[in-house]
Amino acid sequence: MTKHIAFFKGTCLAVLLAGAAPVLAQEVNAVTFVQAVEPQGLDPTVSSPVAAGQVTWQNVFEGLVAINREGRVVPQLATAWTISDDGLIYTFTLRDDVTFQNGVPFDASTAKFTLERILGEDSTNGQKANYTAISKVEAVDAITLVLTLSSRNSDLLYWLGYPAAVMVEPSSADTNNTAPVGTGPFKVEEWRKGDRVIMSAWDGYWGEAPALESVTARFIKDPQAQAAALQAGQVDIIGNLDAPELFDQFTRNPAYDAVVGAGEMEIVAGMNNAKPPFDDPRVRQAMMLAVDRPSLIAAVSSGYGTAIGSHFSPASPFYEDLTELFPYDPERAKALLVEAGYPDGFSFEFKVPTRTYAQRSAEILQAFFSQIGVSADIQSSDFPATWIQDVFKDTNYDMTIVGHAEPLDIGIYARDNYYFNYDNAAFRSEMEKIAAATSETERETGYRKAQEILAEDLPALFLFSYPKLGVWKAGLEGVWENGPVPANDMTDVHWVE
Amino acid sequence: MLLASLVIFLLIEAAPGDPAEIMLGTSAQPDTLAALRAELGLDRPLMVRYAHWLGGVMTGDLGQSYTYGVAVTELIAQRFTVTLPLTLMATMLAVTVSLPLGVMAAARPGKAGDGLATVFSQIGIAVPNFWIGLLLILGFAVKVRWFPPGGFPGLEAGFGAALGALVLPSIALAIPQAAVLTRVTRAAVIEVTNEDFVRTARAKGLSRRRALWRHTVPNALLPVVTMLGLQIPFLISGAVLVENVFSLPGIGTLAYQALSQRDLIVVQNVVLLFVAIVLVVNAGTDALYARLDPRLRGRR
Repeated sequence: MTKHIAFFKGTCLAVLLAGAAPVLAQEVNAVTFVQAVEPQGLDPTVSSPVAAGQVTWQNVFEGLVAINREGRVVPQLATAWTISDDGLIYTFTLRDDVTFQNGVPFDASTAKFTLERILGEDSTNGQKANYTAISKVEAVDAITLVLTLSSRNSDLLYWLGYPAAVMVEPSSADTNNTAPVGTGPFKVEEWRKGDRVIMSAWDGYWGEAPALESVTARFIKDPQAQAAALQAGQVDIIGNLDAPELFDQFTRNPAYDAVVGAGEMEIVAGMNNAKPPFDDPRVRQAMMLAVDRPSLIAAVSSGYGTAIGSHFSPASPFYEDLTELFPYDPERAKALLVEAGYPDGFSFEFKVPTRTYAQRSAEILQAFFSQIGVSADIQSSDFPATWIQDVFKDTNYDMTIVGHAEPLDIGIYARDNYYFNYDNAAFRSEMEKIAAATSETERETGYRKAQEILAEDLPALFLFSYPKLGVWKAGLEGVWENGPVPANDMTDVHWVE
Repeated sequence: MLLASLVIFLLIEAAPGDPAEIMLGTSAQPDTLAALRAELGLDRPLMVRYAHWLGGVMTGDLGQSYTYGVAVTELIAQRFTVTLPLTLMATMLAVTVSLPLGVMAAARPGKAGDGLATVFSQIGIAVPNFWIGLLLILGFAVKVRWFPPGGFPGLEAGFGAALGALVLPSIALAIPQAAVLTRVTRAAVIEVTNEDFVRTARAKGLSRRRALWRHTVPNALLPVVTMLGLQIPFLISGAVLVENVFSLPGIGTLAYQALSQRDLIVVQNVVLLFVAIVLVVNAGTDALYARLDPRLRGRR
C-alpha cells in the first residue's frame, strides 16, 4: 500500500512539476548543491565515507593524489612519485607550501600520521582493506614519504586518491567529523544537522583560489523535493537526480543544463552461487538470456543507462562491452534449463531491497523469468538494515538486486564470504595477477580478462549501469558531468554571464 | 514509563540490522567493524546497555548519537526548535478553523454552511497529510513563490523567514486535524442543542444565537477537548511525514533517519520522548476537563 502511495505521489508531482516556470536568481559567487544522504560525520576517513566525501572531498579535504573527472589519478599534495621495479616501494615527493586550515603546516609526518591512522588497529575507516598492502610508512624528510608494501598492489595509487585517504592533521583528527580541518580551498563554517553544511572560500589555500566565495551542501532525500527546490531557486545543482522520470522536463527547459553522465553504479542481480538452482552456471546463463536489458532500462530508468555484460560500467577506463555474450533469447534459455535438469522451470526467493530502481527492476525481471517457466517470489527487504543482515551477511536468499557503486570493485567476486558465495579459482588468480601488475597495460589487460570471466560464468545477472543525471542552472560551468567518484567537487565551478 | 522504556529498547534492539555495518558500508572488513562496535559500546551485553541507557535517562544524559557523534540531548533540543513551533502552529490553526466551522455547521444543520463543513471534513480526513503537503509545495512554492518548498533556514535567519518556512507544513499538518475536530464539534453542538436545558433557555426568551454561545457551545467543548487530546499522537506521527515531505530538520525527520540508519540510541530516546509527551498531554486533558466541567471539579 505504502509503495502505491509513494508511486502515486511521485507521478503526480512529476506531472505537475513539468508545468512550473523557473526564475533565474542567484548570488553571483555562491552555489548550493543538493545530495540525498546527509553524512553522519564530515571526515571521509572515518566510518561512512560516501556521503561525507560527497560534501568535503576536494572542497575541504585533499589527498596525496586525486582522481580527476575522467577517473584518472593526478598529483595533488604529492607532486611526483616513483615506484620501485619490484612494485613494493612507493616514494612520494610532497608540496612544501601547504598548510591545514588551522595553520598547522602539511609535511611527510602528517601524511605518515594519516596513513597509519587508517591502518591502525582501532581504525574505523570503511575502506581500510584497500590500504592494508602498506606495511611501513616512513617520513624520510619533510617532503619525502616512502611506503613499503608487503605485496604488490597496482590499485593502491588509485585508492590513495579516493576520499577515504584524504590528509588529516593530528591535533584536529578527532574532531574532524564535526569541525573538519583540511587543506582544501573551502572551509566548513557551519553544519546545521538535518539540513545543510555551509562552506566558504579559505584565503590560505595553497593552490589557485576558487571562483566561488561560498558553497552550501543541502540534504534533501526525496528526488521530487530536490527538483522542487531547484525550481524554486533554493538550490543550484542536483549532481545526481535519482528519478529519471523527472529528468526529461529539465532537458526541454533552457533555464537548466541537464546532462546525462556515466555513473559508477552497476545494477546487478546477485545470486546465491552456493545453493541450487543457482549453483549451476547453465541456470545462471539461462536467467541472463531471459532478460531483455534495453526494455528493462526503458522501464526502470526512462531509458537512461547502459546495458552491461559484466561488472564494469562505461565510466571506467577499462570497460568492455560484453552484452552480446548472452543477449535476450528465451528459446536458448529454455534449452539450457532442460540441459540443467529443470525442464519445468522452478521457483525461487527474490529478496529485493526497498530502493526504487531495485523494486521496479524486480517486477520486470519477474515477468521475463516467467517466460522461461521460472517463477520469482518477490520479497521486499528493508534497505539497508534488514538487507545487510539477511542477504549480505547471512546470505539467506536465492537472488537479490542491488547497485554496486564503488569503482574498481570487481574484486568482490574473489572475496571469501561475500554475499554471492562465489568461488572461482581462475577468477581469483586473475585478481592476483592484476594486483601484481607492474605496468598500466598489464593492469588493464587483467581487468579486461576478469570482466570476461564473469561475463561467461555470471555469478550475478549484469543488468545496466545507472546514469548520473545532473541538472544545474544554466550559466554554471565546471560541474562534473560523469561520476567516477561519488563527489560534488566545487573547486572549478563558476557562474558565467 | 519504565515499562515503556523496556519495551522500546527491546523492540528496537530486536530489529534486524547492525549500526556498525550500516555506517561502514559493505566493503568494511571484520576488524574495522569490531573497532567501530567497541567505539560505540555495541560490544557490551544487551542488559548492560539497557541499564546504562536507563541510568543516563534518569540523570538527563541520553548518550551519544552513533551516527552524528554528538549528544542526543543536543540533537533533540536542536530539532525541537522546528517541531515545537510546527505542531503548535498546526494545532492553533486546526482549532481556529474547526471550532467556528463546526459550530456554524451545527447551528443550521442541512444548510449550505453545514454542507461546506461536511465536504471539508470528508476531504480532510480522506486525504493524507503528506499529499496535501506536496500539493501545497507545487501551488505555493513552485508555481507562485510565496513560501519555500522545504528546508528550514534556522532561527538565526530571522523570525519571519523561520515562520515562513513553517507555514505550508503547518497547514498540511493542520488540515486532517481540523477535519476531525470540525466533525466532532458539529456532532457535539447538535447533541447539546437537543438537551432540555437549551430548550429551557430558549423558552426563557434567549435568542437562538445567545442560547448557542451561552449554553450550547461551552457544554459541547468537552468532547472537543477530549478529541484534541486524542489527536496529539496523530499530530506527532503526522509531523514525521510532513517534516519528511518538507525536508524540515525536526524530530520527525530525526526519528525517521535514525531508524533507517539504525542509530538505535537516538530512536530509543525519541520514541521515549513521544511516550512522555502523550502521557503529559493526557494528564493535561484531564486537568482541563475539571476546569470545563464543574461537576468533575466537585468530585475531586
